[in-house]
Amino acid sequence: MNKTIIIIRREYLTRVRKKSFIVMTLLTPVLFAALMIIPVWFATIEDEGIKQIAVLDSSQLFVHKIPSTDKFKFTYAKDVKLEDFKQNLSQTEFFGILYIPPYITYTPSGTEFFSYQQPPIGLTMHIANAIEKAIETEKLKTHNIENLDEILKSVRTHIEIRTFRMSEDGGEKENYGGLNRIVAYGAAFLIYFFVFMFGSQVMRGVMEEKTNRIVEVIVSSVKPFQLLMGKVTGVALVGLTQFLMWVALTAVLVITAQQLFLSGITDAALQQAGNTQMAGLLAGDNLSDAVVMEKAGEILTMLQSINFGVLTGCFLFYFLAGYLLYGSLFAAIGSAVDAETDSQQFMMPITLPLIFAMIVMVNTMQNPDGAMAFWFSLIPLTSPVVMMARIPFGVPYWELALSMLLLVAAFTGAIWLSAKIYRTGILIYGKKLTWKELWKWLRYSGK
Amino acid sequence: MPVSQHQGQEMVATPILAAREVNKQYGNTKVLDHLSMEVPRGSIYGLLGPNGAGKTTFIRIANQITAPDSGEMLFQGRRLQRNDIAQIGYLPEERGLYRKMKVGEQALYLARLKGLSKADAWRRISWWFDRFETGSWWNKKVEELSKGMQQKLQFIITVLHEPSLLILDEPFSGFDPVNAELLKSEIMRLRDNGATVMLSTHNMASVEEMCDHISLINKSKCILQGNVAQIRREYKSGEYEIGFTGDETALTEALNTHGCTVSNSGLPGKIKIHAPEKSGNQLLELAIACVKVQSFNEILPSMNDIFIRQVTQK
Repeated sequence: MNKTIIIIRREYLTRVRKKSFIVMTLLTPVLFAALMIIPVWFATIEDEGIKQIAVLDSSQLFVHKIPSTDKFKFTYAKDVKLEDFKQNLSQTEFFGILYIPPYITYTPSGTEFFSYQQPPIGLTMHIANAIEKAIETEKLKTHNIENLDEILKSVRTHIEIRTFRMSEDGGEKENYGGLNRIVAYGAAFLIYFFVFMFGSQVMRGVMEEKTNRIVEVIVSSVKPFQLLMGKVTGVALVGLTQFLMWVALTAVLVITAQQLFLSGITDAALQQAGNTQMAGLLAGDNLSDAVVMEKAGEILTMLQSINFGVLTGCFLFYFLAGYLLYGSLFAAIGSAVDAETDSQQFMMPITLPLIFAMIVMVNTMQNPDGAMAFWFSLIPLTSPVVMMARIPFGVPYWELALSMLLLVAAFTGAIWLSAKIYRTGILIYGKKLTWKELWKWLRYSGK
Repeated sequence: MPVSQHQGQEMVATPILAAREVNKQYGNTKVLDHLSMEVPRGSIYGLLGPNGAGKTTFIRIANQITAPDSGEMLFQGRRLQRNDIAQIGYLPEERGLYRKMKVGEQALYLARLKGLSKADAWRRISWWFDRFETGSWWNKKVEELSKGMQQKLQFIITVLHEPSLLILDEPFSGFDPVNAELLKSEIMRLRDNGATVMLSTHNMASVEEMCDHISLINKSKCILQGNVAQIRREYKSGEYEIGFTGDETALTEALNTHGCTVSNSGLPGKIKIHAPEKSGNQLLELAIACVKVQSFNEILPSMNDIFIRQVTQK
């Protein structure tokens, strides 16, 4: 067997067998899945707990004017004094009391809400909207306009702006900005995380061999370049393994949880609704189911608007290429220093562009086709992160090709450079390292 | 510069390793300056020199870890090639193993990097582990082993692929006397089985005991080279020791009148003579006339003395 393959095998197996790798590979998908499932789960739980709200309307203008929703139900109390009600609130099933003063049109800030718990933001907004609308209608009525109700119905319009991207060939594609942003941010962050994590793993591996002094035994059997490439490749495979495991495990967890967990809850909710014979609620539930279906369909179309084939392909490319670029530079540092503490000084200039790329990436979100996004998605040190953030919004193919080409050229150069430093660095101990010294190493002859 | 051109019986065959005018420079510092040497097959060859003389650089060149700037390295009579590393075993001065890796796995890995097949590596590791009684270590991590155990393991790893040339850089440093003796006898045994051993050491006693030939390197140049016994003979300064029974005063007087310096050895019936002008026979004649001679030895200078003299002389 080729010696480089033997090295790759060792580098891969020792890392994959580590407890930290196994724990991280298994736990992270749980975290991912939790991030996806828990909000949905909470949403279902809230659906069950409909908040009953008592309305004490002294003005008598708003009876049945505040619409109940799937979260709040409004009951209109009559002939009750506010003070008495407040004292007895804890014995009732009501979440809170809404008090509307007698002359609300003159005292707009006189409306009050009492409850033991902090009312959700949606609630007060909902109430304020309903009252504002009712007052508006009342005020309009004083103008004696004919067919006011129909007119009002016909003038009320809800506006949503859909954005489309046109392409040179005349095609159009609908954009879903929010989702694009989430995917872009996620992809860019993952690249940053992977490049940084596995790049520094290479560095630590090189330093381990140097400080353990085993490196001299190994380079008497294989060329330093073989050792370097074996390590870099082995760690890259570890990264790919972790990524693919995360994707697969997260998918399995989410699907399983949906099957077991969420469907169970919805069933229970329906059953309860049926038992209590609350026809209205049941209707509401069916309604919300329909809404959910519609929403799900919408999300599905949104997801389909992103080209996941291109996205995944690009992710794998930028991960590997970015890792090769940074990993080989990290390896050079690892070979040059004697101890981890010395490495900080030389890591700085390498970590800076990566951190800078993250800052540019946030900017890219605002304007994915701006000059900043364009240039930094071409420059190799920042392109893995910045380009990944642009891809979900759509990038012309020539830009993508140029960026990839530059990145390949850059990592080839970085490997060549690092191999020269590495070859000398691994055998030199106890020397105070300076940039001048590194420059000298680059010029040493050797094979 | 006294360089004895030795022509021993082993030299008939091509030397296993030869250096021809090897130069190496780091920046402006010359590390090896026109170094030439021939390591006879089947010998134990000592590479001597003070710290920083260039020994380790030469050893690294022989292992193809670095390349010379100019000059030539020959292995078995032809230019040293990449795949010759399978025939060379190297124990570096600074030793080390993967601390977290298991002993058996590590030996297997390093043997395979030397080009052994899995089955061969396995078989030889088992043989050596039996021999050194280290079989029970197989599943231990290296960091769990004592220093002495790690050194044994390191030696096993060096010789696993049955190299025809063993290059050992300071093999005895850090060994306790028991393990040092074990190592010494293993080196001798490997030599007897046909391997050639090149060892760099500061331990001059072991040089006298083990080495057939040496090269002494100082300040990047080779300043003394040749067969150990011959070098010691060449550097003899006319020191003798006589064991006798009889009149010590008469003997001392007789020697003194013939221009010899006599010093007391500290033992009764034994004296030391410094007589650079006289031959052994002449001294013996003088002695026999005065006392009954029981022993007569020429004292050769130790390698330690020669080393110090050569290195400190201008």
